[in-house]
Amino acid sequence: MELALFIPFAALALAGGLGVIASGRAIHSALSLLLVLSSLAVLYLLLGAQFIAVLQVIIYAGAIVVLFLFVIMLLHMATGEPAARGVRPWRAGATVAAALFFAALLSAVVRTRATADLGAAPGFGFGTAEAVGRTLFTRFLLPFELASVILLVGIIGAVVLAKGALTLRVHAESRAADEAEEPREEALTR
Amino acid sequence: MVPLPAYLVLGALLFSLGMIGVLVRRNALIVFMSIELMLNSVNLTFVALSRHLGSMDGQLAVFFTIVVAGVEVVVGLAIIVEIFRSRATVNLDDVDLLRG
Repeated sequence: MELALFIPFAALALAGGLGVIASGRAIHSALSLLLVLSSLAVLYLLLGAQFIAVLQVIIYAGAIVVLFLFVIMLLHMATGEPAARGVRPWRAGATVAAALFFAALLSAVVRTRATADLGAAPGFGFGTAEAVGRTLFTRFLLPFELASVILLVGIIGAVVLAKGALTLRVHAESRAADEAEEPREEALTR
Repeated sequence: MVPLPAYLVLGALLFSLGMIGVLVRRNALIVFMSIELMLNSVNLTFVALSRHLGSMDGQLAVFFTIVVAGVEVVVGLAIIVEIFRSRATVNLDDVDLLRG
Protein backbone atom coordinates (compact mmCIF):
# COMPACT_ATOMS: atom_id res chain seq x y z
CA MET A 1 0.00 0.00 0.00
CA GLU A 2 2.69 2.42 1.04
CA LEU A 3 4.83 1.36 -1.87
CA ALA A 4 1.94 1.96 -4.25
CA LEU A 5 1.87 5.57 -3.06
CA PHE A 6 5.61 6.01 -2.70
CA ILE A 7 6.62 5.02 -6.23
CA PRO A 8 4.34 7.37 -8.20
CA PHE A 9 4.96 10.35 -5.94
CA ALA A 10 8.71 9.78 -5.84
CA ALA A 11 8.62 9.64 -9.64
CA LEU A 12 6.58 12.86 -9.72
CA ALA A 13 9.06 14.54 -7.41
CA LEU A 14 11.97 13.50 -9.61
CA ALA A 15 10.15 14.62 -12.76
CA GLY A 16 9.42 17.95 -11.12
CA GLY A 17 13.05 18.28 -10.07
CA LEU A 18 14.14 17.70 -13.64
CA GLY A 19 11.57 20.24 -14.79
CA VAL A 20 12.91 22.86 -12.39
CA ILE A 21 16.41 22.70 -13.79
CA ALA A 22 15.65 21.86 -17.43
CA SER A 23 12.71 24.02 -18.47
CA GLY A 24 13.44 27.05 -20.57
CA ARG A 25 11.04 29.43 -18.92
CA ALA A 26 11.16 30.49 -15.31
CA ILE A 27 7.42 30.05 -14.93
CA HIS A 28 7.63 26.41 -15.99
CA SER A 29 10.35 25.93 -13.40
CA ALA A 30 8.11 27.44 -10.74
CA LEU A 31 5.25 25.10 -11.65
CA SER A 32 7.64 22.12 -11.60
CA LEU A 33 8.79 23.24 -8.18
CA LEU A 34 5.16 23.21 -7.10
CA LEU A 35 4.92 19.62 -8.32
CA VAL A 36 8.00 18.63 -6.29
CA LEU A 37 6.72 20.35 -3.16
CA SER A 38 3.29 18.75 -3.29
CA SER A 39 4.65 15.26 -3.97
CA LEU A 40 7.02 15.69 -1.05
CA ALA A 41 4.03 16.66 1.11
CA VAL A 42 2.45 13.29 0.24
CA LEU A 43 5.69 11.51 1.15
CA TYR A 44 5.72 13.35 4.50
CA LEU A 45 2.22 12.03 5.12
CA LEU A 46 3.45 8.51 4.33
CA LEU A 47 6.21 9.02 6.89
CA GLY A 48 3.70 9.99 9.56
CA ALA A 49 4.60 13.68 9.67
CA GLN A 50 1.13 15.18 9.24
CA PHE A 51 1.97 18.60 10.64
CA ILE A 52 5.05 18.99 8.48
CA ALA A 53 3.03 17.93 5.44
CA VAL A 54 0.46 20.64 6.15
CA LEU A 55 3.23 23.20 6.70
CA GLN A 56 4.77 22.12 3.41
CA VAL A 57 1.53 22.75 1.54
CA ILE A 58 0.68 26.02 3.27
CA ILE A 59 4.10 27.66 3.43
CA TYR A 60 6.04 26.19 0.52
CA ALA A 61 3.35 25.46 -2.05
CA GLY A 62 1.09 28.23 -0.83
CA ALA A 63 3.33 31.15 0.00
CA ILE A 64 6.79 30.60 -1.46
CA VAL A 65 5.76 29.39 -4.92
CA VAL A 66 3.17 32.16 -5.17
CA LEU A 67 5.90 34.65 -4.29
CA PHE A 68 8.08 33.17 -7.04
CA LEU A 69 5.21 33.44 -9.51
CA PHE A 70 4.58 37.06 -8.49
CA VAL A 71 8.21 37.98 -9.07
CA ILE A 72 8.39 36.13 -12.40
CA MET A 73 5.29 37.94 -13.61
CA LEU A 74 6.54 41.23 -12.18
CA LEU A 75 9.76 40.90 -14.14
CA HIS A 76 7.73 39.72 -17.19
CA MET A 77 10.47 37.43 -18.37
CA ALA A 78 9.22 35.77 -21.50
CA THR A 79 12.50 34.02 -22.16
CA GLY A 80 14.65 32.10 -19.75
CA GLU A 81 18.20 33.16 -20.25
CA PRO A 82 20.28 34.29 -23.18
CA ALA A 83 22.11 31.69 -25.17
CA ALA A 84 24.90 30.24 -23.06
CA ARG A 85 28.19 32.00 -23.66
CA GLY A 86 30.67 29.19 -24.02
CA VAL A 87 29.57 27.29 -20.95
CA ARG A 88 29.32 23.86 -22.58
CA PRO A 89 32.37 22.29 -20.87
CA TRP A 90 31.40 23.99 -17.64
CA ARG A 91 27.92 22.50 -17.89
CA ALA A 92 29.32 19.00 -18.39
CA GLY A 93 31.70 19.54 -15.49
CA ALA A 94 28.87 20.63 -13.21
CA THR A 95 26.84 17.56 -14.14
CA VAL A 96 29.80 15.29 -13.49
CA ALA A 97 30.40 16.98 -10.14
CA ALA A 98 26.77 16.49 -9.17
CA ALA A 99 26.91 12.84 -10.28
CA LEU A 100 30.02 12.27 -8.18
CA PHE A 101 28.34 13.92 -5.24
CA PHE A 102 25.33 11.67 -5.72
CA ALA A 103 27.62 8.65 -5.83
CA ALA A 104 29.18 9.75 -2.53
CA LEU A 105 25.76 10.12 -0.93
CA LEU A 106 24.69 6.75 -2.34
CA SER A 107 27.74 5.01 -0.92
CA ALA A 108 26.97 6.56 2.47
CA VAL A 109 23.41 5.24 2.26
CA VAL A 110 24.58 1.79 1.19
CA ARG A 111 27.14 1.64 3.98
CA THR A 112 24.45 2.12 6.66
CA ARG A 113 22.98 -1.30 5.90
CA ALA A 114 21.48 -1.63 9.35
CA THR A 115 18.82 0.93 8.52
CA ALA A 116 17.16 -1.09 5.79
CA ASP A 117 13.76 -0.86 7.45
CA LEU A 118 11.77 2.15 8.56
CA GLY A 119 11.19 0.58 11.95
CA ALA A 120 7.95 0.06 13.80
CA ALA A 121 4.94 2.13 12.91
CA PRO A 122 4.95 5.35 14.92
CA GLY A 123 2.76 5.49 17.96
CA PHE A 124 -0.46 7.47 18.13
CA GLY A 125 0.21 11.20 18.17
CA PHE A 126 3.56 11.04 16.38
CA GLY A 127 4.01 13.98 14.05
CA THR A 128 0.82 15.76 15.00
CA ALA A 129 0.66 19.48 15.64
CA GLU A 130 0.46 18.67 19.35
CA ALA A 131 3.64 16.61 19.32
CA VAL A 132 5.52 19.20 17.28
CA GLY A 133 4.26 22.03 19.48
CA ARG A 134 5.13 20.20 22.67
CA THR A 135 8.70 19.60 21.50
CA LEU A 136 8.95 23.12 20.12
CA PHE A 137 8.02 24.81 23.38
CA THR A 138 10.08 22.58 25.63
CA ARG A 139 13.33 21.43 24.14
CA PHE A 140 13.49 23.83 21.20
CA LEU A 141 12.41 27.02 22.91
CA LEU A 142 15.60 28.97 22.21
CA PRO A 143 15.71 28.07 18.48
CA PHE A 144 12.03 29.00 18.32
CA GLU A 145 12.72 32.46 19.70
CA LEU A 146 15.68 32.83 17.34
CA ALA A 147 13.42 31.84 14.45
CA SER A 148 11.06 34.65 15.37
CA VAL A 149 14.00 37.07 15.38
CA ILE A 150 15.02 35.79 11.93
CA LEU A 151 11.49 36.32 10.66
CA LEU A 152 11.53 39.88 12.00
CA VAL A 153 14.88 40.54 10.31
CA GLY A 154 13.46 39.14 7.07
CA ILE A 155 10.42 41.41 7.25
CA ILE A 156 12.55 44.47 7.94
CA GLY A 157 15.01 43.49 5.20
CA ALA A 158 12.28 43.06 2.61
CA VAL A 159 10.66 46.38 3.53
CA VAL A 160 13.99 48.22 3.44
CA LEU A 161 14.92 46.67 0.08
CA ALA A 162 11.55 47.49 -1.43
CA LYS A 163 11.30 50.93 0.10
CA GLY A 164 14.89 51.92 -0.62
CA ALA A 165 14.25 52.02 -4.34
CA LEU A 166 10.99 53.83 -3.81
CA THR A 167 12.46 56.66 -1.73
CA LEU A 168 15.37 56.94 -4.15
CA ARG A 169 12.98 57.35 -7.04
CA VAL A 170 10.89 59.89 -5.12
CA HIS A 171 14.06 61.85 -4.34
CA ALA A 172 15.12 61.78 -7.96
CA GLU A 173 11.70 62.92 -9.09
CA SER A 174 11.51 65.75 -6.58
CA ARG A 175 15.04 66.83 -7.53
CA ALA A 176 14.05 66.82 -11.17
CA ALA A 177 10.97 68.82 -10.29
CA ASP A 178 13.09 71.32 -8.32
CA GLU A 179 15.47 71.75 -11.22
CA ALA A 180 12.56 72.27 -13.55
CA GLU A 181 11.10 74.81 -11.19
CA GLU A 182 14.18 76.88 -10.44
CA PRO A 183 14.67 78.47 -13.87
CA ARG A 184 11.05 79.53 -13.83
CA GLU A 185 11.55 81.33 -10.52
CA GLU A 186 14.62 83.03 -11.88
CA ALA A 187 12.68 84.15 -14.86
CA LEU A 188 9.98 85.53 -12.58
CA THR A 189 12.42 87.47 -10.41
CA ARG A 190 14.17 88.79 -13.45
CA MET B 1 6.52 -1.06 3.54
CA VAL B 2 8.94 1.34 1.94
CA PRO B 3 12.52 0.82 3.10
CA LEU B 4 14.35 3.80 4.56
CA PRO B 5 17.10 3.87 1.89
CA ALA B 6 14.43 4.54 -0.76
CA TYR B 7 13.71 7.88 0.88
CA LEU B 8 17.38 8.63 1.40
CA VAL B 9 18.22 7.88 -2.23
CA LEU B 10 15.31 9.99 -3.42
CA GLY B 11 16.59 12.84 -1.25
CA ALA B 12 20.11 12.41 -2.64
CA LEU B 13 18.79 12.43 -6.22
CA LEU B 14 16.76 15.58 -5.66
CA PHE B 15 19.73 17.26 -3.99
CA SER B 16 21.98 16.41 -6.94
CA LEU B 17 19.38 17.77 -9.37
CA GLY B 18 19.27 21.01 -7.40
CA MET B 19 23.06 21.12 -7.41
CA ILE B 20 23.13 20.82 -11.19
CA GLY B 21 20.56 23.59 -11.42
CA VAL B 22 22.59 25.92 -9.21
CA LEU B 23 25.79 25.24 -11.15
CA VAL B 24 24.41 25.27 -14.69
CA ARG B 25 21.50 27.69 -14.88
CA ARG B 26 22.25 31.41 -15.11
CA ASN B 27 18.78 32.76 -14.45
CA ALA B 28 18.82 34.01 -10.87
CA LEU B 29 15.24 32.91 -10.28
CA ILE B 30 15.86 29.36 -11.47
CA VAL B 31 19.04 29.14 -9.38
CA PHE B 32 16.92 30.22 -6.45
CA MET B 33 14.35 27.52 -7.15
CA SER B 34 17.14 24.95 -7.36
CA ILE B 35 18.26 26.02 -3.90
CA GLU B 36 14.71 25.45 -2.68
CA LEU B 37 14.86 22.00 -4.28
CA MET B 38 18.04 21.20 -2.36
CA LEU B 39 16.51 22.42 0.91
CA ASN B 40 13.47 20.23 0.31
CA SER B 41 15.53 17.14 -0.40
CA VAL B 42 17.29 17.61 2.93
CA ASN B 43 13.90 18.05 4.59
CA LEU B 44 12.80 14.71 3.16
CA THR B 45 15.88 13.07 4.63
CA PHE B 46 15.17 14.64 8.01
CA VAL B 47 11.57 13.43 8.04
CA ALA B 48 12.51 9.91 6.92
CA LEU B 49 15.17 9.62 9.62
CA SER B 50 12.81 11.11 12.19
CA ARG B 51 10.36 8.31 11.39
CA HIS B 52 13.14 5.72 11.48
CA LEU B 53 14.44 6.85 14.86
CA GLY B 54 10.96 7.41 16.26
CA SER B 55 12.03 10.87 17.42
CA MET B 56 10.41 14.22 16.71
CA ASP B 57 13.73 16.07 16.48
CA GLY B 58 14.03 15.64 12.71
CA GLN B 59 10.61 17.15 12.16
CA LEU B 60 11.58 20.14 14.29
CA ALA B 61 14.66 20.60 12.13
CA VAL B 62 12.36 20.65 9.10
CA PHE B 63 10.18 23.24 10.83
CA PHE B 64 13.15 25.55 11.30
CA THR B 65 14.37 24.91 7.76
CA ILE B 66 10.97 25.99 6.44
CA VAL B 67 11.10 29.17 8.54
CA VAL B 68 14.58 30.07 7.33
CA ALA B 69 13.70 29.17 3.73
CA GLY B 70 10.71 31.51 3.89
CA VAL B 71 12.86 34.40 5.09
CA GLU B 72 15.53 33.56 2.52
CA VAL B 73 13.01 33.61 -0.32
CA VAL B 74 11.52 36.93 0.75
CA VAL B 75 14.87 38.70 1.07
CA GLY B 76 16.39 36.99 -1.96
CA LEU B 77 13.50 37.81 -4.25
CA ALA B 78 13.55 41.41 -3.02
CA ILE B 79 17.24 41.57 -3.95
CA ILE B 80 16.55 40.02 -7.38
CA VAL B 81 13.76 42.55 -8.04
CA GLU B 82 16.13 45.32 -6.96
CA ILE B 83 18.86 44.08 -9.30
CA PHE B 84 16.34 43.86 -12.13
CA ARG B 85 15.25 47.45 -11.47
CA SER B 86 18.78 48.80 -11.62
CA ARG B 87 20.28 46.51 -14.29
CA ALA B 88 17.27 45.19 -16.21
CA THR B 89 18.72 41.68 -16.04
CA VAL B 90 18.43 38.58 -13.89
CA ASN B 91 21.38 36.83 -15.50
CA LEU B 92 23.90 35.96 -12.82
CA ASP B 93 26.83 36.44 -15.19
CA ASP B 94 25.82 40.09 -15.63
CA VAL B 95 25.97 40.82 -11.91
CA ASP B 96 29.45 39.65 -11.01
CA LEU B 97 30.62 42.90 -9.42
CA LEU B 98 30.11 43.94 -5.83
CA ARG B 99 30.18 47.57 -6.91
CA GLY B 100 26.84 48.89 -8.07
